[in-house]
Amino acid sequence: MHLIPVSIRRLLWLLTIGSILIPAFAIAQDEPLDPGNTAWMLTATALVLFMTVPGLALFYAGLVRAKNALSVLMQCFSIAALMSLLWSIYGYSLAASEGPFQGFIGGLDKLFLLGLDRESLIGTIPESLYMTFQMTFAIITPALIVGAFAERMKFSAMLSFMALWLTLVYVPIWHWVWGGGWIANLGSILGLTEEGGGALDFAGGTVVHINAGIAGLMAALMLGPRKGYPMTAMPPHNLGLTVAGASMLWVGWFGFNAGSELAADQIAGMALTVTQLATAAAALTWMFAEWISHGKPSVLGIATGAVAGLVAITPASGTAGPMGAIVIGFAGSLLAFIASTKIKRRLGYDDALDVWGVHGVAGIVGAILTGVFAAPVLGGAGFAAGIENMGSQVLIQVISVVATLVYGGLLSWLILAAVNAVLGLRVTEEQETMGLDLAQHDERGYIL
Amino acid sequence: MKLVSAIIKPFKLDDVREALADLGVSGITVTEVKGFGRQKGHTELYRGAEYVVDFLPKVKVEVAVEDGLVDAVIEAITKAARTGKIGDGKIFVFDLAHVVRIRTGETGADAL
Repeated sequence: MHLIPVSIRRLLWLLTIGSILIPAFAIAQDEPLDPGNTAWMLTATALVLFMTVPGLALFYAGLVRAKNALSVLMQCFSIAALMSLLWSIYGYSLAASEGPFQGFIGGLDKLFLLGLDRESLIGTIPESLYMTFQMTFAIITPALIVGAFAERMKFSAMLSFMALWLTLVYVPIWHWVWGGGWIANLGSILGLTEEGGGALDFAGGTVVHINAGIAGLMAALMLGPRKGYPMTAMPPHNLGLTVAGASMLWVGWFGFNAGSELAADQIAGMALTVTQLATAAAALTWMFAEWISHGKPSVLGIATGAVAGLVAITPASGTAGPMGAIVIGFAGSLLAFIASTKIKRRLGYDDALDVWGVHGVAGIVGAILTGVFAAPVLGGAGFAAGIENMGSQVLIQVISVVATLVYGGLLSWLILAAVNAVLGLRVTEEQETMGLDLAQHDERGYIL
Repeated sequence: MKLVSAIIKPFKLDDVREALADLGVSGITVTEVKGFGRQKGHTELYRGAEYVVDFLPKVKVEVAVEDGLVDAVIEAITKAARTGKIGDGKIFVFDLAHVVRIRTGETGADAL
């Protein structure tokens, strides 16, 4: 019986001999696989998938009316399956590999996961694991959009929209920000630094939340309000499910943010800490905002506030310090509260479950404040490589936000228009009244 | 014989049942109902969306008693169900024409 597996003993032996006999050996080679990092990333990947199924699915299911509960569960679940295949067939390659149009889109070298075998590493973890970790992001981002068009979109149109959206919106923006595209080099494009100097987006403020938020807003506008909105009461049918889902999101988000370090190290530790603090601050902010404006603190309010805080800290989780995180959580939650409870009702659009109000707005607040609280003087880890001052970093952050809003908004609109022309986006009025569970799936969520 | 039908606040049901049992009332019928009176409904708020709920849940308690017991029953229910706040409910009293106990076939006051 050996406590240490053969492969690792061999590795240790090689490292020891190598470091004694040929000091340059370890440096000359690529870094070897790190079991600690790999173990953490296996865990983080499971946590992020858990955020969508069942976390987000339950969060949304509780918020709709009883007759539509299954439909949102079904949408989240089917997105998880569909995006897994699309990401592995071409999404990963176009996002994460280098291509001839590197500024805008990746290459085709890894189509069908070509070249990804048991030996391939990205950094110190298996490439298979890295690809799958990123797959869970490609799952939750489209699934977030479901909340905006809930209770009225045709299932076939939903699936078509999601496939096109992943391809034409998510993958390019992923590449711009994380794949070495133009947003990753904004500093040098603007002449602020020699090379790099991109937007700080540690875990997906632009790529995930602003992106899903603006797509949700476009979907809400394109589909129009639910029948009877806002005159008819459409209260959440089961807030218990919603709180359970929000709690799973909170826990899963440790994988999302701390996992984005791709290693089990000090940065991951701090990412986890700031995630917790921003969320706590945001949950209380929404609770007190509602308490003050309405007279009572609500369960839905505190849960929504927590999600807003998780969103806001996401881009900053690799750079902000603990006290900066509390400010980011507070600001993200307060502005999301105003957007979701006041502005939306005044403007009259029906973003049913507040995808724009929470993910879009808190995402923008977080992305911009990331540039502020990266400052070492505010407890941050410093700006992007080559960027010297807060003003430059904030400018880069703002440009990345605007680019995501403009490109994501425009393309989402075009995709929705195309799907509408071919399939039609909405169910009929009769089906909407009957509820999507029966109308689209021939099932009921509750047989009592 | 009279049928006393009282609409009360749900959380007062236990108090009313005990008060009636103390009087020697041998049976009551309880129904969960909804409605509105002077209390009107209440409002609920979900992320800024305010809904007025028109009908509030209440409990209807029905008791069939002999004429002599009616005043005592009304007093007992009134005392047990009162909170002094709006929405305490109402008591309706009806004449009861006929009663039959199904198991034995007894009729009238004997069947109560």
